[in-house]
Amino acid sequence: MRTAQAVAWKEIQIYFSSPTAYIVGLIFLALTGFFFTQDLGDPFPEATLTPFFDGAIIVFVLLAPALTMRLLAEESKLGTIELLLTSPVRDWEIIIGKYVASLVFFLVLVALSFFYAILLFVYASPDPGPVYAGYFGLILYGSAALAIGLLTSTMTNNQIVSAVVAMGILLALFFADRAFGSVSGLAGEIIGEMGLRSHYDDFARGVIDTTNIVYFLSVIAFFLFLSIRTLESRRWR
Amino acid sequence: MIQAEGLTHYYGPYPAIQDVNFGVRKGEILGFLGPNGAGKTTTMRIITGFVPPTRGTVTLDGFDVVEQSLESRRRVGYLPETVPLYTDMSVNSYLKYMGTLRGMSPKAIKSRLGDVTDVCRLGDYQKTQIGKLSKGFRQRVGIAQAILHEPQVLVLDEPTIGIDPIQVVETRRLIQELGKDQTVVLSSHILPEVSMICDRVLIINEGRIVAEDTPKNLAEGLQGVERLEVEIGGPVAEVIPVLKAIRGVTDVVHANRDDRHTYTIQAESGQDLRDAISQAVISNGWSLRGLQMVGMSLEEIFLRLTTHEEL
Repeated sequence: MRTAQAVAWKEIQIYFSSPTAYIVGLIFLALTGFFFTQDLGDPFPEATLTPFFDGAIIVFVLLAPALTMRLLAEESKLGTIELLLTSPVRDWEIIIGKYVASLVFFLVLVALSFFYAILLFVYASPDPGPVYAGYFGLILYGSAALAIGLLTSTMTNNQIVSAVVAMGILLALFFADRAFGSVSGLAGEIIGEMGLRSHYDDFARGVIDTTNIVYFLSVIAFFLFLSIRTLESRRWR
Repeated sequence: MIQAEGLTHYYGPYPAIQDVNFGVRKGEILGFLGPNGAGKTTTMRIITGFVPPTRGTVTLDGFDVVEQSLESRRRVGYLPETVPLYTDMSVNSYLKYMGTLRGMSPKAIKSRLGDVTDVCRLGDYQKTQIGKLSKGFRQRVGIAQAILHEPQVLVLDEPTIGIDPIQVVETRRLIQELGKDQTVVLSSHILPEVSMICDRVLIINEGRIVAEDTPKNLAEGLQGVERLEVEIGGPVAEVIPVLKAIRGVTDVVHANRDDRHTYTIQAESGQDLRDAISQAVISNGWSLRGLQMVGMSLEEIFLRLTTHEEL
């Protein structure tokens, strides 16, 4: 466990000293800021963060892969993975350490966006339920996106490939709920249920449904498990 | 300390090593010698647990490197050929990180850090970012991380490649120093280096071990051949048959350098032919200008063992 901590701590330090992370942070805040202010110009604006939550998940389809692409792809590229894998460290400790680091950076971004919520609470009286639920959903969604990005980073030594494949998976899951209408029968149901957005939307409307929590936790567990397996399989290639 | 049996590793359909067997005793320095692509790196990667063998087993201090990987990895310090380092970390924070990965306590790391940076002469560069160091210094950082946790086994892949001659000498001295209380396995394609540092040499070619002995024995007793170099003043056409007729001579090669005729004579081992040759020369009325025994250098053994054609 101490080694997982060491891996996480090293990655966190790299996040906060690398330009990529700051660029990602800047873009996240600029775009979500835009979404937040979008409806404020209405004659009777509603005191709500829903536009922010709706926009944030689109932004994260693009930005989560940018945060995770470096994590293992760079180790493979530099060859440092050879020392990492020959150290007495378990594969899951490496994956969890890397994942936690990306999660910490993500949570800092989310915390910075509390600014919008504070503005809202100061100048209006929004219904607090959807705000809390929305943030809860956003954190779950982001955690899932990071797990997907981490998997693609373990599969290649090319950061661009990792990012593009992760974006592909995220976009596919983003639009999967369209299968509800277009694909008939059980297949449509199954693909539709895999969609990220339909599970996220409830949170953004202020509904905390256990199904949705289970969905996101399953996605995280599934992709982390695949990441550990992929790292293990490097030893067999 | 290390016991390898029947090691075979395939990259796709191509065998990198085939049926490699060897053992390394505690406190021994073993050298793998072979041309590029012979299978040295693959063998070392198997020992360190980075790749598993397709067939065969390696045990390290009694622990199987595949089945009890974690235990065996605890006992190894490894310097890969490419010396992979995190270029954006400082020397100190890199070593601390590697120490933690090796399961050292912060206290143990702190007390070892000074020693290691002294031994590897990194003292003035502890706070320098690794990316700014020269190749030679990066090599030292690589060795420092390998010895930091005082592993029982040190695996060094081409430890002196790409660094300047003075650093090469220092590195060799350092390895010999470490070899006093640790088991060292190193690879090289430089013969004098291996014969200088190692207690025992494995010559590996095309994935197979072709010879195994101490550097001294390899040089002396190779395939029962001894050689003499003789300079003779006399007609070449007559000298060669006379030399060939001497008992124990297996081959005579003539060379003409500025009208100085030298003959390289190969003889069966254990025979001193100097007397017979000088008598033969003198009784024919030629002049004997030089006579000298030539041992076979490791370089020649190496070439001889690893090339198919006779030289």
